[in-house]
Amino acid sequence: MLNLHLYMAQRLTALIMAPLVIGHLAVMIYAVQGGLSVAEILARTQGSLAWFLFYGSFVLAVSIHAAIGMRVIMFEWLGIKGTLLSLISWGVCLLLLMLGGRAVWAVTFAGAGA
Amino acid sequence: MSETGEFLQVSIWREQDGNGHFESFQVPRRDNQTILDVVAWVQQQADPTLSYRFACRVGMCGSCAMMVNGAPRWTCRTHVQKVADDNRLEIAPLRNLPVIKDLAVDMDPFFDKWVAAEAVFEPSQTRDDPMPPINPQDPMRIAASDAIECINCAVCYAACDVVAANPDYLGPAALNRAWSLVNDSRDDGQDARLKAVSGGGGCHNCHVQQGCARYCPNELNPTLSISGLKRATAKSLLGWGQ
Repeated sequence: MLNLHLYMAQRLTALIMAPLVIGHLAVMIYAVQGGLSVAEILARTQGSLAWFLFYGSFVLAVSIHAAIGMRVIMFEWLGIKGTLLSLISWGVCLLLLMLGGRAVWAVTFAGAGA
Repeated sequence: MSETGEFLQVSIWREQDGNGHFESFQVPRRDNQTILDVVAWVQQQADPTLSYRFACRVGMCGSCAMMVNGAPRWTCRTHVQKVADDNRLEIAPLRNLPVIKDLAVDMDPFFDKWVAAEAVFEPSQTRDDPMPPINPQDPMRIAASDAIECINCAVCYAACDVVAANPDYLGPAALNRAWSLVNDSRDDGQDARLKAVSGGGGCHNCHVQQGCARYCPNELNPTLSISGLKRATAKSLLGWGQ
């Protein structure tokens, strides 16, 4: 159930995710190899606009990309269509955006003033 | 053809008015026997009420496609020895199309989608204009040639899991034809065609599983054509031309 616009949105978000995933893996390996503690990691991320933009754009891309993929699966495998399909797709997108956004906010700006 | 003394155990789908079941027949096995030979033997020797469709018998007309042991085949050019499983054959109507009776399917949805995909030549000139020269080495002409030998047999349509899951999907054959026309420099219907293949049942639904390419009897690759359409529509959307 993909039209051209949904197809392009999914491909473009994949393009955005690819370097961000590599960056995330590199950060994880660096953090583990260097033996950084949670406090040391948070010290680097708290108040950082760069990390907020890095993981914020990742969450945004994932939310759009995954919701479109789920839309196809729901249509082809579960037979959901029409308005219900659009509502659930938007629901998936907003849920991922909320969960991911909350996590990104927590490690960047939520405790920045503390 | 000489008989081998062996028999084929053939299950053939019988259906009328929406009620269907497999019926078993014993058919003498012969050398160089095609699936269409088997179906014809059943109709001529065992049950004259069996309905099926064929015309040319030489792989040109695309009329005789059926499901054979679960896979779509052009039956006039498919030898029993290639597909029989221990002398057993299961012959059924083409997948993804409504059955009219027994092995004959209604091809209307298949051809309706050719029209819906704007897979019809739109001339840019009249018959009074001179014939435009086309270089055989032109990349567009080469791309068109790769897609042009379709015989409309609907084997790819039956092989496609996306068609099975999404009845609105235009299908590999219609999209393959649309791609050959996108590469036809004489055609004047490109905007309408790219729009037609960009909707909810368009080329972007293809999962690139390549069932169409695997089973196409003429060894075409509709998946490649559909990928071409995806590129052309994306470029058109981004304003990069085709």
